Amino acid sequence: MDTFVQQLINGLTIGAIYALIALGYTMVYGILRLINFAHGDIYMVGAFVGYFLAFQLGFAAGPSVVGLTVVLIGSMIAAALVGMAIERFAYRPIRKYARMTTLITAIGVSLLIENLFVAKLGAAPRAFPQLLREQSYTLFGNAAISKSQILIFAVSVLLMLLLQWVIFKTKVGTAMRAVSFNLNSAKLMGINTDFIISFTFALGSALAAAAGVLTAQYNPQIDPLMGIITGLKAFVAAVLGGIGNIPGAVLGGLLIGIAETFVVGYGQNVGVPTTFRDAVAFAILILVLLFRPTGLLGSTVQEKV
Amino acid sequence: MPTLVKRLFAALVIVLLLVVINQYMSREGLFGFGVPPYYARLIVLAGINIILAVSLNLITGFTGQFSIGHAGFMAVGAYSSAYLTVYYGQPWEQSLAGIVGATLAHALIFLLAIVVGSIVAALAGLIVGIPSLRLRGDYLAIVTLGFAEIIRIVILNIDSVGGATGFTVPSYANFLWVYAFAIITIVIVYNIVHSDIGRALVSIREDELAAEAMGINTTRYKVLAFVISSALAGMAGVLAGHYLSFLSTNDFQFIRSFEIIIMIVLGGMGSLTGAVLGAIVITFLPELLRTLGPKLESLLSAIIGADNIPASVHTFLLQLANYRLVIFAALLILIMLTRPQGIMGTREFSLSWLKRARRRPEGDKPVGEQGVSIAEQGPRSAIDRKKEIENG
Repeated sequence: MDTFVQQLINGLTIGAIYALIALGYTMVYGILRLINFAHGDIYMVGAFVGYFLAFQLGFAAGPSVVGLTVVLIGSMIAAALVGMAIERFAYRPIRKYARMTTLITAIGVSLLIENLFVAKLGAAPRAFPQLLREQSYTLFGNAAISKSQILIFAVSVLLMLLLQWVIFKTKVGTAMRAVSFNLNSAKLMGINTDFIISFTFALGSALAAAAGVLTAQYNPQIDPLMGIITGLKAFVAAVLGGIGNIPGAVLGGLLIGIAETFVVGYGQNVGVPTTFRDAVAFAILILVLLFRPTGLLGSTVQEKV
Repeated sequence: MPTLVKRLFAALVIVLLLVVINQYMSREGLFGFGVPPYYARLIVLAGINIILAVSLNLITGFTGQFSIGHAGFMAVGAYSSAYLTVYYGQPWEQSLAGIVGATLAHALIFLLAIVVGSIVAALAGLIVGIPSLRLRGDYLAIVTLGFAEIIRIVILNIDSVGGATGFTVPSYANFLWVYAFAIITIVIVYNIVHSDIGRALVSIREDELAAEAMGINTTRYKVLAFVISSALAGMAGVLAGHYLSFLSTNDFQFIRSFEIIIMIVLGGMGSLTGAVLGAIVITFLPELLRTLGPKLESLLSAIIGADNIPASVHTFLLQLANYRLVIFAALLILIMLTRPQGIMGTREFSLSWLKRARRRPEGDKPVGEQGVSIAEQGPRSAIDRKKEIENG
């Protein structure tokens, strides 16, 4: 029972990170029908901006709440700008072209960011400074929750509530929903669609950057290629929940996080090696899509000629 | 001359040509002349990429089904055939050599490996294709990606094929093998595309619902194209494994599938010559960028003299090689921004282009629109039309 609770906590921690990244995938897809493959790299950029901010501003010396807040918000703002720049210079000019073209461009942007960081900073992992005094709390039995895990839960829940508020309670959120229904009609209703798309990228990128900094607190090792596999799994989470659907992205992220931890924790008992950790996300995805082709919470769209 | 004789003659010429070039590519060289091993290796890898790009073009370019799992099928072909050649190749070859001679036995065993690799990859394609081809668009893409990753991780956990440490494979393939099968691939795909099956595939790409309404069993044709495409990818895997003599699951990650997609999009989806061109460009471009810095420097020193180059420019050019993949990615984005339909679009390169280009200056009367006969213009692709609809 203890280990079960422990696994659940660890799974939810990873799941919350996946969920934060998946939100960006799902929002962009909902609006542009574009798989933004560079999104995983934004997560990496966020972590690196946090790393440099911590050193430049002198917060790396010791743990402090102020330092953590500044680093977190700073990297979110920086990543939002990067996301907007990517949208403006790479995606906007090709928005009207075929899907394949936009997809290749997204892959190109992803490769560009990764290789730029590898060329500039080297591929070796770096240790992210501890901005939080690490401490473990025993829940009951032997299950423990660390301070960084609490931080991840708290910040991600806060950000998700904030996102929910932005999307459903503000004017810009209403416009976002309108654009995701139909871009052309939204334009005819006087919505500045270019601004809304840009805003969506900023929002998604900020969430990814937050995920980057939070992960770095939990597992303080960052490298320029860290976004590839995490980004891919977050994307799988978004598709699993029903891409374009915001609660779906959170659900998908948490499910994949838990499934992954359980494979590592319990897989050996039933003959599944721990290396299947990376395969389990895809296996769940395939199973779900075969029975519900639009994901868990996605709505089916009737196809017409 | 009857067509059959003509074709046999053409095949003979091609085989002879390949044998001669193969000798030229080998370490011994031809009459003392040979290609440096580095370039020979690149040329062979380009051939493998041609097979991959042309085979992916069948399912993605002509049938319009977006697959990101090509590297997975390549891995299936590579590992299944390597299992055969590593564990059974040597004894079988020896017993066969007593009957038909060593050279032929060597070739026959590798041929068997290619057949086995292709069949196993085709089976994998069938198993993956039947359930996933019910899905469309991005969902199909992500499911094929998922299957490819699962295939890779399963292989990673099979200890008899090396697992995480990699798998050393006997060297069988060379230029001749790779290019012979590249030509066979192109012929197979060309013939499929220009047959009634090809018409059905293209109609599925243009409009799946309409194709179904016209009585085409879309699922059957999609699975058929997927299986053939997987088999050819498996063949490329066999050749790659037995050329490089080493297999590692890291070489079959999804980035490899992306690479193949980039080739066909760059060359022009739905164009065979485009796929070939894309494969060649993507193989050579990163390597060309590697030598870009020193070349620019020697050019610069020839113009303004070696001593006049500023130190900052010198260090920049020296470091340029580190940035080759950055430049590669930037070029890729730039090409997509300026020529989204790829180099060839859906057109095919043909010799009549050259003839027309020669005739044009003499004031040849234009036929049809823009000086191209109606037949040569071909149908507008669905991608172009959808674009127009989306643009309103």
